[in-house]
Amino acid sequence: MTAQGRIVWVSGPAVRADGMADAKMYETVTVGDSKLVGEVTRLTGDVAFIQVYESTSGLKPGEPVVGTGNPLSVLLGPGIIGQLYDGIQRPLRELSKASGSFIGKGITTTPVDMVKTYHFVPVASNGDDVLPGNVIGTVQETDLIEHSIMVPPNHPGGKISNIVSEGDYNLETELATAEKDGQNVPLKMYHKWPVRKPRPYLKRYDATVPLITGQRVIDTFFPIAKGGTGSIPGAFGTGKTVTLHQIAKWADSQVVVYIGCGERGNEMTEVLVEFPHLKDPRSGKPLMDRTVLVANTSNMPVAAREASIYTGVTIAEYYRDMGKDVVLVADSTSRWAEALREMSGRLEEMPAEEGYPSYLASRLAEFYERAGRVRASGSPDRDGSVTLIGAVSPSGGDFTEPVTTHTMRFIKTFWALDAKLAYSRHYPSINWMNSYSGYLADIAKWWSENISEDWFAIRNEAYGILQREDTLKEIVKLLGPDALPDEEKLILEIARMVKIGLLQQNSFDDVDTYCSAEKQFKLLKLIVDFYKLGQQSLKEGTQLSAIRELPVVPSILKARMDIKDDEMPKLDKLETDMKEQFKNISGVKVTN
Amino acid sequence: MTEKGGIQYSNIAEIKGPLVVVDDVDNAAFDELVEIETIEGERRLGKVLEVGNGKAIVQVFEGTTGLSISGTSAKFVGKVMEMPVSKDVLGRVFDGLGRPKDGLPDPIADKFIDINGEPMNPEQREYPKDFIQTGVSVIDGLVTLVRGQKLPIFSGSGMSHNLLAAQIARQASVVGTNDDFAVVFAAIGVQYSEAEYFRKSLEESGALKRSVLFLNTADDPAIERIITPRVALTVAEYLAFDLGMHVLVILTDMTNYAEALREISAAREEVPGRKGYPGYLYTDLSTIYERAGKLNGRKGSVTQIPILSMPSDDITHPIPDLTGYITEGQIVVGRDLFRQGVYPPINILMSLSRLMKDGIGEGSTRDDHAEVANQVYDAYSRAQEVRALAGIVGKAGLTEIDLKYMDVGDVFEKEFLTQATDENRTIEETLAILWKIVSKLPKNEITKIKDKFVDKYYQGE
Repeated sequence: MTAQGRIVWVSGPAVRADGMADAKMYETVTVGDSKLVGEVTRLTGDVAFIQVYESTSGLKPGEPVVGTGNPLSVLLGPGIIGQLYDGIQRPLRELSKASGSFIGKGITTTPVDMVKTYHFVPVASNGDDVLPGNVIGTVQETDLIEHSIMVPPNHPGGKISNIVSEGDYNLETELATAEKDGQNVPLKMYHKWPVRKPRPYLKRYDATVPLITGQRVIDTFFPIAKGGTGSIPGAFGTGKTVTLHQIAKWADSQVVVYIGCGERGNEMTEVLVEFPHLKDPRSGKPLMDRTVLVANTSNMPVAAREASIYTGVTIAEYYRDMGKDVVLVADSTSRWAEALREMSGRLEEMPAEEGYPSYLASRLAEFYERAGRVRASGSPDRDGSVTLIGAVSPSGGDFTEPVTTHTMRFIKTFWALDAKLAYSRHYPSINWMNSYSGYLADIAKWWSENISEDWFAIRNEAYGILQREDTLKEIVKLLGPDALPDEEKLILEIARMVKIGLLQQNSFDDVDTYCSAEKQFKLLKLIVDFYKLGQQSLKEGTQLSAIRELPVVPSILKARMDIKDDEMPKLDKLETDMKEQFKNISGVKVTN
Repeated sequence: MTEKGGIQYSNIAEIKGPLVVVDDVDNAAFDELVEIETIEGERRLGKVLEVGNGKAIVQVFEGTTGLSISGTSAKFVGKVMEMPVSKDVLGRVFDGLGRPKDGLPDPIADKFIDINGEPMNPEQREYPKDFIQTGVSVIDGLVTLVRGQKLPIFSGSGMSHNLLAAQIARQASVVGTNDDFAVVFAAIGVQYSEAEYFRKSLEESGALKRSVLFLNTADDPAIERIITPRVALTVAEYLAFDLGMHVLVILTDMTNYAEALREISAAREEVPGRKGYPGYLYTDLSTIYERAGKLNGRKGSVTQIPILSMPSDDITHPIPDLTGYITEGQIVVGRDLFRQGVYPPINILMSLSRLMKDGIGEGSTRDDHAEVANQVYDAYSRAQEVRALAGIVGKAGLTEIDLKYMDVGDVFEKEFLTQATDENRTIEETLAILWKIVSKLPKNEITKIKDKFVDKYYQGE
């Protein structure tokens, strides 16, 4: 029995309808003569409060509202990768076919092409007993993605019969049926899943493998683990979006879900234009072959912005269930929180801080809890992960505002962007004193096993130099640099090298944009060794200026741009040069 | 724009601030255009903000002064507010609601367009990357503007933002084919003299006949300001995407727009966000700024230069703050430089053009542009630190290299930044000055430029 009501009130994206006694909470409804998509968010008597995902301009009281009986769901199946969706999984490419360059309303499409065929290779056989989550076969979705066809979590499972043989089938084909308790339920390449409900898994693991993003300040200083959570807050112009784009481009995951939530239209266009031409550094295939975009730009309807986060994370969980590492990037969770605030205001709920609803914190917690490294349900055994990274756009760059403070409670890696660094064109402008990573100790083992046993110690040494510099800077500000002894001036010098040669990274430079873990370690070690040699040399009476003016210094600082990932011997040569040059100046004594 | 037809209601329940609440309404739509008629027969325009349960809340653009409960009637026109457009709008002057203000008749409409526009489909956008030479060194060299960008000027009261915007409008128009270039200017609650300055400036450069002006001056109704940028952008979109022109839109002053929005929100007794501005200020501003851009398969472009004055020069105030989160960078006018008499007084460290990276380089400006610009940013930022240090320890306490950075700061401000309001520099001239600045530094301080460019352009010893 679906609800059939009538609009009684309209104000922006909020609509009230009566005659809705049969409606369920969070049921999807069609609103008005133009059949806009909406969702029930409150029920009072027979009046339903509906948030509408499309522009309500021209909507009138008296127009019909019809329930669909289903909660807001996404379609999960091959064809998702490479798409650009709006907040409720409508493909924007298809929308443009219906309404041209601007987004019209009331358009119905399917999220993926239902008649496109994929080459299905069955792995289950007739007579097999399957459980929800079991893989029954695979299709090649893109060059990069082998897509497992799984028994949906909301399917009863049972004994397989009528499984098709290997061949090309479209999404609507019945690949098999599963029989349980006398009931035959077909299995297709796709199923639907409600976005607000996390997909089930077997068990969770600790996050101990780093997500290598190729960004030095992240990987070396404030790493995030696969299946972890991170947040990147910053005032405008501090480079949130560029950093997130960098992660989406270079992170060593198999799938990337990029959510443009209430942000600029051109940023999504940039991804669309750029990603097909960029090559994944590991496979050499276009990055678009592993990327899904969900775009609800700032000027698109605000309620769909609220939904876009859930749409994205559900898609991410689906690929996780295939045993893949998925990175989800949400830019920006503040705009999502503002959408919550706007809808809450229209519901006339009692506001908490800055007008945000009192459930802001719990919604943020629910979202970030959907991250994790898990063993997927069903057989064969599959381990996958969802890493969640959310941008925060604090008003006025003030980190004490509600979205930032609440987010900090639920994430483990915090990349604090700093307007001052950005103003001096230190990019990425991640402040090394305010940022932190809760994964550091957990992932040190990976570095020690894969790159070098010294990684953790050297990383901490470099970080110590930055901390010392921070204190020394205060003294310099008050007394001038001459107040410091040479040993401390050397620390300022080394800190400068760490900043320019390591922390700074030019995402628009062909070489510097991505830095392999090995190169990161070598650059780090080079600078820390320089420090040790410098200390030694000072003790032997060398002048600081002689150390500062060593020809190897500019070469070390430019190595991030000049030396490619496959030219590691050049870095070794730099090390030799450095040692040589230190030897040569060790005789230069203080002359005055 | 007097509308025929529609249903007339005369049961006015309440008038508060800019709002009129009409009772016993049974056939009004959300966002519908409303014509309010006073007892004296004067007609004003408004739109439906909320409708239901027999009531409609109407926002009256021209204000509610003089309206009464009895005798006022409201006619629901049956459509949303539209702007009549055609090629004939070029060279015309309109008021803040898009009605002719130059004494000439309504232009003959080619079509009527909903002033709210529709969001551009991101999939259909063309990524902006065509360099616009403004002839202003600081913009071309360090905060490059590209076609289809939205790049606001953040200024403060009394500073020279209008001079700069007018210079950009004049000089950007002479590059390329003059034919397909148009300027749309929207004055939003600014003084008459400021609007007049723009008009004259466009007239003198001969660009007036390729311009459309929308004027809501300080003495015009405040609520009209909600509409002014929207009618202006509707015309701009038509010129760009129907007629294939490259349209430069100047909106000044967006602070007045946000204040009008706050007034309506307060009258509706909404829960306020920061500083009393409505929680949806970001979303609302985005429906204006996001109307800049280029579209696949269409010739024209809409480039926006919104101007806003930061209350107390505070960049963290909600209006510049939320604007900066939407626009593709910002040009910040600095009070210190302005006091020193520098024109244009741009604080480059706080300024940024997000689309610069794709608009410059080989094929558009020059291959070394990005790197030399980075180095100058870095050097000027160091110069500021050194100046601060010199303020404490005196020049005598500075190292030799520090002094070189002081020099960089001076050359930057006196030779690069400073330029006359009618001085139109080529990009080559601009880049030459940037290299002159870099050449003040010894080679081992140059960490952001590849050796091949240093070898080619560096002039220091």
